[in-house]
Amino acid sequence: MSTSNLHFATIKHGGDRSFRAGAIAAAVVVVLLVLFVGVFLAVLAIPSLRRDTVSFLTSTQWNVGTGTLQFGIAGLLWTTAITSVVAMILAVPVAVGTALLVTQYVPPRVGSTIGFLIDLLAAVPSIIFGLWGLKLLGPFLGPFYDWLQRVLGWIPLFGKGVESTGNVLTASIVLAIMVLPIVSAMSRNVFAHTPRDHIEAALALGATRWEMIRTAVIPYGRSGVIAASMLGLGRALGETIAVMIILSQTTTEGINVSLFAGGETFASKIANNAQEFDSPAKTGAYIAAGLVLFVVTFAVNAVARVVAERRVS
Amino acid sequence: MRVTRMTKLAALAALSTIALTACTNSAASTGGSSTGTSAGSLACPSGSITGEGSTAQTNAIQQIIAAYNDACKNAAKIEYNPTGSGAGVKNFNAGLVDFGGSDSALSADEHTAAAARCKNSEAWDLPLVVGPVAFSYNLKGVSKLVLNADVLAKIFMGQITSWNDPAIAALNSGVTLPNTPVKVFYRSDDSGTTDNVSKYLKATAPSVWTPEHSKTWKGKGGEGKNGSSGVAQAVKATDGAIGYLEWSFATDNKLGIAQLNTGNGGVELNADSVGKALEAAKITGTGNDLTLQLDYATKAAGAYPAVLVTYEIVCSGGLDSAKTAVVKDFLTYFASDAGQKSLSDVGSAPLPASLRAKVNTAIQAIK
Repeated sequence: MSTSNLHFATIKHGGDRSFRAGAIAAAVVVVLLVLFVGVFLAVLAIPSLRRDTVSFLTSTQWNVGTGTLQFGIAGLLWTTAITSVVAMILAVPVAVGTALLVTQYVPPRVGSTIGFLIDLLAAVPSIIFGLWGLKLLGPFLGPFYDWLQRVLGWIPLFGKGVESTGNVLTASIVLAIMVLPIVSAMSRNVFAHTPRDHIEAALALGATRWEMIRTAVIPYGRSGVIAASMLGLGRALGETIAVMIILSQTTTEGINVSLFAGGETFASKIANNAQEFDSPAKTGAYIAAGLVLFVVTFAVNAVARVVAERRVS
Repeated sequence: MRVTRMTKLAALAALSTIALTACTNSAASTGGSSTGTSAGSLACPSGSITGEGSTAQTNAIQQIIAAYNDACKNAAKIEYNPTGSGAGVKNFNAGLVDFGGSDSALSADEHTAAAARCKNSEAWDLPLVVGPVAFSYNLKGVSKLVLNADVLAKIFMGQITSWNDPAIAALNSGVTLPNTPVKVFYRSDDSGTTDNVSKYLKATAPSVWTPEHSKTWKGKGGEGKNGSSGVAQAVKATDGAIGYLEWSFATDNKLGIAQLNTGNGGVELNADSVGKALEAAKITGTGNDLTLQLDYATKAAGAYPAVLVTYEIVCSGGLDSAKTAVVKDFLTYFASDAGQKSLSDVGSAPLPASLRAKVNTAIQAIK
């Protein structure tokens, strides 16, 4: 597993050299691309950030049309975080459950069929998910939302939100379905690679199947599942069109913490207004929001990497 | 293993084919409709011209371009870039495009710059696309609803919250209004329609609608939906909803459209009532410059005042003769009866005959 005892000095053949050069070039291009995107966002955002007259990080205002610029990302950050986190809470147990079923309970042939069907979800374009959420899922869940609000309305999380079903919860459910194939596929992979010895040892000690899964499969796959969830979270944070179509925007000042509230995420806000970027100051304000999303996604992916690395070593 | 991968690929391919087909079909059905027009009065010169500007008239102008190309068998190449009115005027004055599209007529300064661009000929503002705004509602048991600017402003500012509010009842005697809460839907994306609605409310109910007009919605309460289609869908799905839409979206979705009462009873939104509002508008331009000053607060009988007029901005002379020929011929079709009537598909009302005649005179006077 360790890479420290590889010796590049032994390379002699031309094929080795050119392949190595090609691989290095590919890596450099990717790193440069990421850097360029970051620099591009920063360069466009900084002039507008300088002219921002309210706190960029804590304000929920967004007035960038004419006159003085007033924009802050607090509301966007909240909606982005709550939709993604709720989506993960819904998606991860389902993804892990199906992964365990597919790898541990059913014959490989049936398992691969189920896996294939879940993977098909990844092929559905996000605009279809958006329209489906808006026109079918939302109205279908409407009575359930009403009930939830009646019973649990005293908790701020289930407090009064928007009138339509274009709320955070509908967006979260759709996001959960969208990240399901990512988390599920990666979880299937790690569970499938649980060492045969561990499984057989557990069974030999008289473990039932559930005990075997609990003592051998889950501990082995835990960090892999966490890494998969982080990748899914990155996807949920950046999802644009589906959220834009489903979620209702509101004009209320401040943040409504209810799951039935509307709102806008970073990505949906930018996409919603991209056609009307008519001045550099306005563009810069939106790009600044994009920069925050870039940093957040970057952080999430970094955490995923660290977790994944820990599993290997 | 290989088999599974192949199946996956095949399934993917099948899916994408379905998606692609769906796309092309919908594109064809929305963009391809053109009314049969004879090319009789058209000269159909060859050449190419480019226009740029207002996004509000994108659909109308695309429709006209398609119909003109049909009538002329693609003799000329005409392009329009919807980049916004400001950009359109700027690039027209810089000589980068042959005509501009704008939601507002040229200012005095812009006229001076335009004259220099047109080799010392005047530039003219020609009103060609008329876009009325529909206030669409969805209220069980109410098939006819009359509102006025004051009530609309109060609804959009969150001051009227129930449909049986006395202010609404006063305009609808004889109609039983339910006590359903009013649910406002507006455009969450910046849009010319929002700008137009806020202009109308600012002009007619300034004490209630206090914000300046802007492309971003400045009302209080309600829910923002993406695009006219999003607002239309939300209004359609919600009892007690009201929202503002471009006309075509309201009719396509079979939504109720509120009549506007300007003092003489409710006025329905139709080609006639929009025409009357335009006839009541003052022409503030001189000669063939047909800058209109719409009177949003008009009390003219039967006039529907919530209307947006967008202009094509052209040189009255000074372009090279090949381009002039195409501009003239294209605009002649644009201002023709057939051309204007075909715009009802995309939610524009035809110009009233009197104004159409003036526009046509101006077009024929382009040298």
